[in-house]
Amino acid sequence: MATLTVPVTVPSPAEDCEQLRKAFGGWGTNEALIISILAHRNASQRRLIRSTYSQIYGEELLKSLNDEISGDFERAVILWTRDPAERDAMLANEAVLRWKPGNPVLIEIACARTSSELFAVRQAYHTLFKRSLEEDVAAHTTGSFRKLLVPLVSSHRYEGPEVNMKLAKSEAKILHEKISDKAYDHEDVIRILSTRSKAQLIATLNQFNNEFGNAFNKNLKSDPKDEFLASLRAVVRCFCCPERYFAKVARVAIEGLGTDENALTRVIVTRTEVDMKLIKEAYLKRNSVPLDRAVAGDTSGDYENMLIALLGA
Amino acid sequence: MADENQLLKKAFSGHGGFGVDEATMVAMVTKWRRQPDQKSRFRRDFSEFFTTIGSIEKCEDDYLLRLKTEFSRFKNIMVLWLMHPWERDARWMHHVMHKSYPFTVIIEIACTRSSEELLGAKRAYQALFDHSVEEDVAYHIKENYSKLLVGLVSSFRYEGSQVDNEMAKCEAKALNSAIKSAGSGKLIQNEEIVRILTTRSKRHLKAIFKHYKELHGKPIEEDLGANLCLQETVKCIDRPAKYFSEAINNAFKEGADKQSKIALTRVIISRADVDMEVIKETYHKQFGIKLEDMITKNTHGHYKDALLSLVGK
Repeated sequence: MATLTVPVTVPSPAEDCEQLRKAFGGWGTNEALIISILAHRNASQRRLIRSTYSQIYGEELLKSLNDEISGDFERAVILWTRDPAERDAMLANEAVLRWKPGNPVLIEIACARTSSELFAVRQAYHTLFKRSLEEDVAAHTTGSFRKLLVPLVSSHRYEGPEVNMKLAKSEAKILHEKISDKAYDHEDVIRILSTRSKAQLIATLNQFNNEFGNAFNKNLKSDPKDEFLASLRAVVRCFCCPERYFAKVARVAIEGLGTDENALTRVIVTRTEVDMKLIKEAYLKRNSVPLDRAVAGDTSGDYENMLIALLGA
Repeated sequence: MADENQLLKKAFSGHGGFGVDEATMVAMVTKWRRQPDQKSRFRRDFSEFFTTIGSIEKCEDDYLLRLKTEFSRFKNIMVLWLMHPWERDARWMHHVMHKSYPFTVIIEIACTRSSEELLGAKRAYQALFDHSVEEDVAYHIKENYSKLLVGLVSSFRYEGSQVDNEMAKCEAKALNSAIKSAGSGKLIQNEEIVRILTTRSKRHLKAIFKHYKELHGKPIEEDLGANLCLQETVKCIDRPAKYFSEAINNAFKEGADKQSKIALTRVIISRADVDMEVIKETYHKQFGIKLEDMITKNTHGHYKDALLSLVGK
């Protein structure tokens, strides 16, 4: 499902570091060389390159990158180079400190990662920011959003496939009851969405559809401007159909005047090694244009080259 | 080493209905005091009784059931002592929902274990019961303290030394306002109180409690009134030794109920390898009598010997 392309014979970390150092050296920077290496190494290879680089040159690779490149290209390269857990921790911290209702990043991290990946993010957050993720989310969000987001980022869901159909039926009923009463942030809704295992949750949502004739999300569209409802829909989509969810984030980032580079970078950098193939398929199906072409049409320079390389084009 | 393991295995074998060899077991408790690795090795060696699911160690349920009568005379102390701490904590938490243990046990475990120990207990819970502890607590506990409990059990507190003193002062003031404005029955559901208690690091909370006393002239426990959950939470976080010493004392009181007596076993076993010395000192200071003497006076037979070995001379 990943679109990352790694060469058949990978140079040793030391060789890669030497090349990267060359790319930084002298006047100007050889961005194409940076992309040709980093955009074609997986997470463990990148980790090795980083540790080898500091051993050989006594300086952090990320710092060198920060000194030599800039703008959207720099953000994409640095986020990409980091370990997934650290990367998510940084994205989460950014989202929390600049919190605005409707910001989907925390939901993506809480719901479109496995339980163990989310936990790794929480550990990385401790190390990077000297606080827990949940304490920051709790301190910076308010109202219904806090009620939803704190349990979501604190969740440690069971990861097994077991499903209790009786429970799925009864919880589908509870959801239906609360949603019909417009009690969208009711504690039972939050409880079910933030504690049940993924398998159980999907079964519950399917039951909802069977019992009540339409999908759970359809019932959450009463007010298109309501950010909380949008958040609930995002939770469901990240669980049930992440590839379509991310394809939509990409589309929204690209369409219209200007590009939301942060959102585009986030989708591509966080999903390249996960399910980017599926996202590309979903994008093509929905928009009749391949994602690579849309990205190329809307971005330029080294930033564009980096994204295209990650998309496997 | 191998002989000791053999001896203990034999002691656990139930002698074909003649009970277990309690004297040998107590001797092992003394010998293996403060040596969790010894116990670990024994568990790995005794595959009829102990098994592993992934990285989680657990007791075989059939074996436990077979020896139930044998072990009950010993008040389960030996099995609990041998079990991996994560499995113990997981089972105790499960008992709150399925065997009417008081909900304060969840507060005790969530607040007095380190972040890593709590994580281990949660993983063991998933391996044992095919559910996450968060979903079970949220589902089974419907009382007004449920949010606090779910929050406590979901926490993964930062454990480093960094504390933001200004924020701590600020939150001490916020707690005071929250306490003043909420009615005393509603304290447990106050969002700010729950947020601070369930997400902040322990060091930060201790700083808050210190500032609270300085700013408002009295310790926060006084202002929390008769609210048991909040009192216990604060005590477990701020002065766990005092919490444990009081729990032990409650077991020895006239007319102590079954749960208080069960608490005695739980406290002594769970703290024997952790902070028993501090608890003994605290106990002596608080109640004017040595813990060992209290145990000798009030308990009998092999149970007494086991407790004394765990508590140490």
